[in-house]
Amino acid sequence: MAYSAKARELFAEDIQAIRDKGIYKEKRFICSSQNAEIEVEYPEGAPKKKVLNFCANNYLGLSNHPEIVKAAHEGLDERGFGMSSVRFICGTQDIHRELQDKVSDFLGMEDTLLFPSCMDANSGVFESILGPEDLILADRLIHASLIDGIKLCSAQYDTFKHMNMKHLKKKLELHQDKRHVLVVTDGVFSMDGDLAPLDEMCDLCDQYGAMILVDESHASGFIGKTGRGTHEHFDCIDQVDLITTTFGKGLGGASGGCVSGKKELIELCRQNARPYLFSNSMAPPIVNASIKVMDLVTKDTELRDKLEWNAAYFRKGVEEAGLCVRPGNTPIVPVMLYNAKLANDMSRDMYAEGIYVIGFFFPVVPSGAARIRVQLSAAHTKEHIDKAVAAFKKVGEKYGILGLDKKGIIEKYGM
Amino acid sequence: MADEMKDMILEYVIEEYVDEEDDEEEVGYDTPLISSGIVDSFSMVSLKVFLEKKCHVSLPDKEATPEAFDTVNKICELVRRFQD
Repeated sequence: MAYSAKARELFAEDIQAIRDKGIYKEKRFICSSQNAEIEVEYPEGAPKKKVLNFCANNYLGLSNHPEIVKAAHEGLDERGFGMSSVRFICGTQDIHRELQDKVSDFLGMEDTLLFPSCMDANSGVFESILGPEDLILADRLIHASLIDGIKLCSAQYDTFKHMNMKHLKKKLELHQDKRHVLVVTDGVFSMDGDLAPLDEMCDLCDQYGAMILVDESHASGFIGKTGRGTHEHFDCIDQVDLITTTFGKGLGGASGGCVSGKKELIELCRQNARPYLFSNSMAPPIVNASIKVMDLVTKDTELRDKLEWNAAYFRKGVEEAGLCVRPGNTPIVPVMLYNAKLANDMSRDMYAEGIYVIGFFFPVVPSGAARIRVQLSAAHTKEHIDKAVAAFKKVGEKYGILGLDKKGIIEKYGM
Repeated sequence: MADEMKDMILEYVIEEYVDEEDDEEEVGYDTPLISSGIVDSFSMVSLKVFLEKKCHVSLPDKEATPEAFDTVNKICELVRRFQD
């Protein structure tokens, strides 16, 4: 047996090292469908507990929406379970094309290509369109999947300070000698809930002849007045060249992703992107349900309006309770604690209060910037939010942090 | 000459990576950059681009590790090794 006792021992040491660093990911089991109210088994083997979920990417509450579930059933009945093929061999149904067209219309882009996930879209897009004479210029806090995609690509890359337009301009000037420059950013940054200043970024890109790619995974369906995304919010839809986004968050919550944008770039992805060429198509029930999602978000703004109201109501509640909250206007509300142990302890106590939230700390967020990230959903009711605010107030009081700002919390608990 | 290089790199690190609003962060020649989180492994590339341009060296990817980039002093050692 090649897996020797020595190999087992060495791998066990690797796992212990993860535990020693305090970054071991515990198993948590959800024993219900995904929703605002869920049943959780945590820690493993513990009795199931009913809690309110404030850490899902279920922004529009579509993960278990009856119309979406119905559409998935119809997709299953009419087009079967799976495709048993990659897209370009025999894995593309007419419903894949229909979904692509609907996404293009919704995002205001020329063309769209589906991938098994947005992680795959981000892995494949850069290598498909850029080469060694090109440069990728990325915000320093972009999502890990974009970083992986950039590293898989033969283009050179450089970074600019998070949302710092002066620095972006300086870097664009520095790299004028490159064939193509592609600026890369998240539309909404998942850990901070920051909105990238896309209007300014697009103007700079126009000025220096650079292209821009925006990952809209935490924006599609609800940012902007009709939910088109960050480019709608900043009124620069026509200036964006590429968008990557997911059907695994606001737009349904199952899986699947896409690259959308200028038709030549999408065509190159269709020809070259390895996750498109070597991984299975999105399954028919998910495609059919995602078509229904696009219909729902195109029809009216009811869900995104409710989400917007919920986020503002929660934000006001925790701010008035005296928690230190990172400013913003997205459904991602980081309750700042700065100290990793405090974030961990408070999230555990919140769970005991029936609120499921998670503490985030280095290396997921910068050192000394630990927080509990709260994510609102259109599926939350006012009562759910009141309960979450009351729990934050109770737990915050226990730790003596109500009314303290960053300096006060760090003085009390360190970084 | 060596001190000039150190100062140049330190100045760049402060300008490139230290938040302008963060007056508590003092960075010196031996301040850990990567392991402390001031510079993350992704944005470390900006430093590599700068060094190659300013110091006229080519730093192989396998040598430009987070460990070798962890302090200004270590970075100087690395650059000098490839200048020789």
